[in-house]
Amino acid sequence: MKRFIGFIKKEFYHIFRDTRSLFILFGMPIAQVMLFGFAITNEINNVNIAVFDKSKDATTQEIINKITTSTYFSNKQFLTNEAEIESVFKKGKIKAILVFEKDFSTKLIKENNATVQIITDATDPNTANTVNNYVSSILQKYQQETNKNIKPPFQIVPESRMVYNAELKSVFMFVPGVMTIILMLVSAMMTSISITREKELGTMEILLVSPIQPFQVIIGKVVPYIFLSVINAIVIVLLSIFIFKMPVQGSLFLLGVESVLFIINALSLGILISTISKTQQTAMMVSLMGLMLPVILLSGFIFPISSMPVALQVISNVIPAKWFIIIIKGIMLKGVGLTILWKETLILVGMTVFFIVLSIKKYKIRLE
Amino acid sequence: MKTIGYIIQKEFKQIFRNKAMLPLIFVLPLIQLIILSNAATFEIQHIKFSYIDHDNTSFSRALIDKFDASTYFNIVTDFPSKKAANLAMLKGEVDVILEIPSHFERDLLKDQKTNLAVIINAIDGAAAGVENVYINQIVQSFNKNAQANLMQPSNSITKPVNITSIPSFWYNKTLNYKTFMVPGILVLLVTMITLFLSGMNIVREKEIGTLEQMNVTPIKKYQFIIGKLFPFLVLGILLLSVGLIIAKIIFNVPMVGSLVLMYFYTVIYILVILGMGLFISNFTDTQQQAMFIAWFFVVIFILMSGLFTPIESMPQWAQYLTEFNPIKFYVEVMRMVMLKGASIIDITPLFIKTGVYAIIMNGLAVWSYKKTS
Amino acid sequence: MKSKNVIQVEDLTKKFGDFTAVDSISFKVNQGEIFGFLGANGAGKTTAMKMLIGISKPSSGIANVAGFDVYTNPEDIKKNIGYMSQKFALYDDLTVKENITFFGGIYGLSRKQIKEKRKQLVDELGLQKIVNELVGSLPLGWKQKLAFSVALLHEPKVIFLDEPTGGVDPITRRQFWEMIYKTANNGTTVFVTTHYMDEAEYCDRVSIMVDGKIEALDTPKKLKQQFNAENMNDVFLKLARG
Repeated sequence: MKRFIGFIKKEFYHIFRDTRSLFILFGMPIAQVMLFGFAITNEINNVNIAVFDKSKDATTQEIINKITTSTYFSNKQFLTNEAEIESVFKKGKIKAILVFEKDFSTKLIKENNATVQIITDATDPNTANTVNNYVSSILQKYQQETNKNIKPPFQIVPESRMVYNAELKSVFMFVPGVMTIILMLVSAMMTSISITREKELGTMEILLVSPIQPFQVIIGKVVPYIFLSVINAIVIVLLSIFIFKMPVQGSLFLLGVESVLFIINALSLGILISTISKTQQTAMMVSLMGLMLPVILLSGFIFPISSMPVALQVISNVIPAKWFIIIIKGIMLKGVGLTILWKETLILVGMTVFFIVLSIKKYKIRLE
Repeated sequence: MKTIGYIIQKEFKQIFRNKAMLPLIFVLPLIQLIILSNAATFEIQHIKFSYIDHDNTSFSRALIDKFDASTYFNIVTDFPSKKAANLAMLKGEVDVILEIPSHFERDLLKDQKTNLAVIINAIDGAAAGVENVYINQIVQSFNKNAQANLMQPSNSITKPVNITSIPSFWYNKTLNYKTFMVPGILVLLVTMITLFLSGMNIVREKEIGTLEQMNVTPIKKYQFIIGKLFPFLVLGILLLSVGLIIAKIIFNVPMVGSLVLMYFYTVIYILVILGMGLFISNFTDTQQQAMFIAWFFVVIFILMSGLFTPIESMPQWAQYLTEFNPIKFYVEVMRMVMLKGASIIDITPLFIKTGVYAIIMNGLAVWSYKKTS
Repeated sequence: MKSKNVIQVEDLTKKFGDFTAVDSISFKVNQGEIFGFLGANGAGKTTAMKMLIGISKPSSGIANVAGFDVYTNPEDIKKNIGYMSQKFALYDDLTVKENITFFGGIYGLSRKQIKEKRKQLVDELGLQKIVNELVGSLPLGWKQKLAFSVALLHEPKVIFLDEPTGGVDPITRRQFWEMIYKTANNGTTVFVTTHYMDEAEYCDRVSIMVDGKIEALDTPKKLKQQFNAENMNDVFLKLARG
């Protein structure tokens, strides 16, 4: 036991004496959370559009006004002919063009129908779709107002209530994700080279000769980083609560415990990578290349998992970050506790145990 | 010149001899390209939908059927009470609850107006907004049908006005996310590989001691640096080429514009990345530090590239920051050239920006590399 | 034969912040000499050497190597010197042949010259069987000899060896020093640092550094007389104590 503690102490010294790395380990995640919390959003704002008004009458003016005064859009240009449409898109600044047909007002009154073309640059399908929806809803509202005095025969009115995030703040969606992936990547990276570095430096032999057990080595390497990562996690959670105004509807204590669990999970994954990599370079490439994109894309951080093909939904179950994001959102936004989150928690525990056991096994093999 | 040749030869030999790294450099990115391109989509589909039907008439069931028929929603189950439904939403089993009041059909015929209660899980605010729009659309469509079927011809002279909006999605008629994502993810992969490799390369030689050996030779700084970076430039282009072939074959991504232009731009772009990697390499002593710093920038570049979330939605200061993000430029150029067929004139400002970036970055890298410390 | 000073050092100093690693050392090395630069670990030997080979700028003092000033012409110095670092610094993932070709090329040798030199080197060291083996798989002794020979490919005026015999068995060490003798006989000046005091006996002249200063500089014979010691080890012990 004393040997074990001594081993852990040594690992601590390694870490804290490398001040540059330390600065990076703490400073960077914080900088990133701050940056992403403010910058990552999929709300549509200030989309540059152009208008091609073939009618130029009072109605079109009114509609155009409604559209441009909304914060969603910014009317940058008025086009005068058809040919300009293509060149405007090619330049890349304008994302959508609204085309009002000729004699708009007249058609509306006489035929009760007039058309607006919403031409969007769909190379970014998300913006295109959203722009289309927003413009449509503005048109719908205008329609409803004009029709206010005309009593439509039937009206089924859906009244929607947005729960867990009444103001539709995108921060609520992204901050949990940001917390998760930053914690995961930093933790996995930290430990991924810890064993390979000993191999490369040659100090591995010393460990092998000493009476310290394999499982003690593995756990001893994880423990110091837990402290580091917990500090990171605390700072990140505080940032999200105080700067991004994330609520904590549920138990802060549970949040803490689950965070520690997740940290241990990520660290164990790093150790596992470390045991199967021969060189530091390999370990780093695996933890960076192998984890970064899959975690960002398959964890539900930005893209909803339910929208993905089934095969990918299945694969996403393997990504620990996915489960932790569910847990964070559950605790912070839904206010649920362990009775509802037990399944996800159990999965994280299971994965952690799996990583650690596999690491010990692989480490033993390295010995022989 | 010959000296550079010797270094390039050595670097290539080392790269291809590293059996563990080769699959990481070539196979892993391409696998990720194929698999992950399918993941990146904001399309709303298969939303877990549930309902509470207090009315239980053929009318209410017709409404439910409309939702069932929609690809946006997947009816998971129905609930006997609000309490059960809310619990399910807490558990994450459903994301939308539609509550049909009792006497739905009767009240509609009597008062000609009735309400439906809808509860939407709004944690993903944008998705919730879109789901709301879809729900409204479905209800409106049901409304119109019901009007036609149940109603007597209207006595009112004034008919409601109707503004029809016709959407037209250019360059991507089917709103295929892959058209947009595949080239984007390819860029990310090429960027990551080249940045990590170039960033760690020199530091590794520092750690082993061969860098010192090199510094004692009469080799000139620029010869050394060019020799080191050139192989990675080749690697990057190679990876990009294979990636593009995959994009075309597997995903049928259109390639409207000039491939030559694309390659030309890619060369300049990779030079920026390599310059960054080299610059990082000069200021770090261990591979670990180099990796952390490279990671820091890569994550920021990826998430703020406009690939996953639009740059227009970011606050002004964040948008200024993206001017320093080379990936952002690449994504724009790629979309404009490959998907819209833009010409060199259209992308000239981006070309210039990237070119200047490359010169500054590599200049800094060469300047900060000291043979004598 | 006029004896030229291939290395000239006067009051050379290197400071790192408050710490003075090399404290105003002065000495001269003649052409063809085997000059031993001795001292305990941490005495400042490697730091001093780094200044002479042009990869570290001195804080103050004068130093000339192969006729060039270390401040103004480090790159010219590099053309005329060879270097073998403590870590031997050959590429482990390149073969013997590839390492030779690479370093030959870097020093500007023509293809023909490289080919000739390679053959010469391989024959001399008896490396025919392992010419296509990765250097990383060679035993330490081979690596050491190979690194030494590679450093001489471009026929430099001076060769700097930093602790070249670390971790190598006594027989190999003996063989290595024979190589050094041969090189010195050919007119190449050998500047070697070591903390093995017995190797000092093999040198023409020896300087001993203690805490950044040169505390002794003379032939081994004279030093032993001066300190009334039986071998260089004792000389060093007496110095360190005193």
